Amino acid sequence: MSHHEHELIRLSAAALAEKLGSGEVSAVEATRAHLDRIEAVDADVHAFLHTAPELSLAAAAAIDERRANGESLHPLAGVPIAIKDVIVTNDMPTTSGSKILEGWVPPYDATVMTKLRAAGLVPIGKTNMDEFAMGSSTEHSAYGPTHNPWDLERIPGGSGGGSAAAVASFEAPLALGSDTGGSIRQPAHVTGTVGVKPTYGGVSRYGAIALASSFDQIGPVSRTVLDSALLHDIIGGHDPRDSTSLTDEWPSMAEAVRRADVKGLRIGVISQLTGDGFQPGVLERFREALDLLAAAGAEIVDVSLPSLEYAIAAYYLIMPAEASSNLAKFDSVRFGLRVNPPGGGTVEDVMSATREQGFGAEAKRRIILGTYALSAGYYDAYYGSAQKVRTLVQRDFAAAFGQADVLVSPTAPTTAWKLGANLDDPMAMYLNDIATIPANLAGIPGISLPVGLAAEDGLPVGIQFLAPAREDARLYTVGGALERMLEDGWGHPLISRAPDLAPSEMTAAQEGAV
Amino acid sequence: MAKAKLMDFDKALELFEPVLGFEVHVELSTKTKMFSDAPNYFGGEPNTNITPVDLGLPGSLPVVNGEAVRYSISLGLALGCSIAESSRFARKNYFYPDLAKNYQISQFDEPIAFGGSVDVELPDGRLFTVPIERAHMEEDAGKLTHVGGATGRIQGAEYSLVDYNRAGVPLVEIVTDIIYGAEADAPELAKAYVSTIRDIVVSLGISEARMERGNLRCDANISLRPRTAPGEPPAKLGTRTETKNVNSLRSVERAIRYEIQRQAQILADGGTITQETRHWHEDTGTTSAGRPKSDADDYRYFPEPDLLPVQPSAELIEELRAALPEPPAARRRRLKQEWGFTDLEFQDVQNAGLLVEVAETVAAGASPQAARKWWSGEISRLANARDAEAASLVSPADVAALVSLIDSGALNDRLARQVLEGVIDGEGTPQEVVDARGLAVVSDDGALIAAIDEALAAQPDVLAKIRDGKVQAAGAVIGAVMKAMKGQADAARVRELVLERAGAS
Repeated sequence: MSHHEHELIRLSAAALAEKLGSGEVSAVEATRAHLDRIEAVDADVHAFLHTAPELSLAAAAAIDERRANGESLHPLAGVPIAIKDVIVTNDMPTTSGSKILEGWVPPYDATVMTKLRAAGLVPIGKTNMDEFAMGSSTEHSAYGPTHNPWDLERIPGGSGGGSAAAVASFEAPLALGSDTGGSIRQPAHVTGTVGVKPTYGGVSRYGAIALASSFDQIGPVSRTVLDSALLHDIIGGHDPRDSTSLTDEWPSMAEAVRRADVKGLRIGVISQLTGDGFQPGVLERFREALDLLAAAGAEIVDVSLPSLEYAIAAYYLIMPAEASSNLAKFDSVRFGLRVNPPGGGTVEDVMSATREQGFGAEAKRRIILGTYALSAGYYDAYYGSAQKVRTLVQRDFAAAFGQADVLVSPTAPTTAWKLGANLDDPMAMYLNDIATIPANLAGIPGISLPVGLAAEDGLPVGIQFLAPAREDARLYTVGGALERMLEDGWGHPLISRAPDLAPSEMTAAQEGAV
Repeated sequence: MAKAKLMDFDKALELFEPVLGFEVHVELSTKTKMFSDAPNYFGGEPNTNITPVDLGLPGSLPVVNGEAVRYSISLGLALGCSIAESSRFARKNYFYPDLAKNYQISQFDEPIAFGGSVDVELPDGRLFTVPIERAHMEEDAGKLTHVGGATGRIQGAEYSLVDYNRAGVPLVEIVTDIIYGAEADAPELAKAYVSTIRDIVVSLGISEARMERGNLRCDANISLRPRTAPGEPPAKLGTRTETKNVNSLRSVERAIRYEIQRQAQILADGGTITQETRHWHEDTGTTSAGRPKSDADDYRYFPEPDLLPVQPSAELIEELRAALPEPPAARRRRLKQEWGFTDLEFQDVQNAGLLVEVAETVAAGASPQAARKWWSGEISRLANARDAEAASLVSPADVAALVSLIDSGALNDRLARQVLEGVIDGEGTPQEVVDARGLAVVSDDGALIAAIDEALAAQPDVLAKIRDGKVQAAGAVIGAVMKAMKGQADAARVRELVLERAGAS
């Protein structure tokens, strides 16, 4: 890796886009730099399940050619992007982190992929994730865990740990994630990066392999708030192929970042998410961020969401219920793994053997939970009650947004834990989603951005802002403002304090430069 | 399969009251499928007319077909139903390889139409009101072909092939309430009900409604309850069976009759009815046990999270209501009058389920009497002989063309029957059959006169009688001439010429 490449991979997407636009850097150079970085560090990080260097370089070369021909391109044309493996791609295998889809190349592209390709972004690979997005640590990937670039012994969050780690380790400036209960925001929190869950219906789900259809939402992953906004502007908007996608005309999120100002903004601190169970170092950084916002003219108020007490229980009934049905299609008949039982058998025997071998323990656990919750005689008590709680949570949010323009909390109660620490305790893992799940229950947008390192372990801490449905732009405004104030204070972006994963890179680069 | 013992039908009715219920599936003839933009057409090479949605590929999402919603509303209104301001799709979860997602998108507790009724005319003209519980939208499954094994069923098959071309075809399922009081009319009522539904969907233009092609499918539920003495409370409802695969009007009637007789015999022998689906076998006229079915079957229905509720505007509903065609009962009264049929003639046509065919034949240019004569006569006879549905043999347009050939003198009745068989055997249109088989009436007077002169010369006694004014004697000569012409002559013309040549006229 040359010194030039070393510089390129550390650029934000917006900065890289400028160099691409001015012709200072070619898309092929930018793509090759990130592929080289993946080559150098991904054996340790394991953010990627699949890369296709020839495809990526060909896509980049096509962009360079179009630019050379004087075509007017999207500002982000030529910028590499990592794709969470939950999103179907017609040129790369798509597994959703599961053995049951090993090697499956979809015959079609997700709508977000169509939009990315139309804008000229360069897909650089598919990122690791908990199987079918079920988990908060990426340890439930059938292909082995991803490691946190800040400490390779720790989890990168989940389910989108691969996308967050790819961005945090400079393997890509941008990534796509999906957020069902925090799978974009919690990985951002533990990797010192930015992640946004848009309003439900803001980004098409067509081509996102469903975990829980009423919660799933694709969103941007990046190192800066502006980069997420730029990506959001590309992937957002109505899609006639997704009936739940909103028909709204959306304002530019990037514009919302650029006019960032919090003067007079009412920020509601969610009282249930700032006390017991939250790590002191997390709360400390969170309070400091609030102080900065107040100093900048924001009005900090306390709000209460009393129904949050039941939110996790409700989520862990509705999510598995929908998942149990969504995952029924993985039966070996039309695609994916097929396991023939010894001595053959009926189609039911083949389905059963395939699902037994193809699904991991967490997927099976949720299928069983969800099947049970939907069963006759239990439906009202479980699924029915959970839907009522969902309504209560939505009402709580509606009331809170009467008092505040945005709500705020730490993104998760703790910093990254050690790989394996919660593996035998699914409840501990589930409880880590307490701050992120409510937004999915209510369908509202949320952003997580880094606010520093926890004193006790030196690991990244994120802050989460939530806005009313359709008001995603507010998140970018407040997020952009806070990010600028924090970086002004630190004198650098937080991510620059992450350990250098490939110290030999620089040495080699310097040698090469000589 | 042991042949079931059957109780005499009248005896069964003495002991038991039949209680009925029907589920009729109607395939809508929309341009595209229920939830995808694949064309709504399922002939052709297997698995070619499919999209990621029809295959349930990971990541794919359904989108409701607005045309199917409008068709369903129209059907609901024609069934006298209320249209829900908001109805919802639900997932019906069960594993079966013809179901791409292993759930069917259907409607469960919030159907688009509910609470209607349909007046059905029994063979003797009495009206019977069938209560409609609901009509709901859903998607069809793929088609399984079981290869190997004796039965063609999944049990015992070596392997099975799946064709998803039919997966996602829009269906409306019409569910009746429990139907009491049909008594001995139960078989006829069943047939008349399905026939009425067919008339309705055809008049709405929302389905091809060809039972033999599966456009219209009837599942017949039947149970028997023992009669109690007057003054005593009625007995509990009996255990029901659901007979499937009933794909002709005639079969609906036969299947109900069979199940009444079969169940009655089992109950009279002290046995119990198993709650199960039963398969109707058109060839043997019997049913056989299918999958056991209980009310405890757990489909884990829940609202389909990929779709929004269906909320048709009041304006749309009123627009569709205003556009409804004449109800079948009113239409029948009008047609009877327009056609000038006697009560008996009209009932014959209707009981044979041929109202639509006759109407379409008349619309294609035939006289009502000619249309009736051919459908109730020769076509029905051939249908019986071939154990098929009359409507499936020949199109109304072909029948009208046949009648036109007769009216023009190109065919006589005898030849026309041959032409009809040719059409049914797939030889083409009536004109094509006439051309190919050389069946036209000999209208060359020269050829006829030669044959007549020969016949008169051979029968001088007949010639003498005709000349004496005994015109009816000409029959023998006409017969001989027709024979000589191999029937390909217009008998009326032959008669004219015989009298002329004999010098009688």
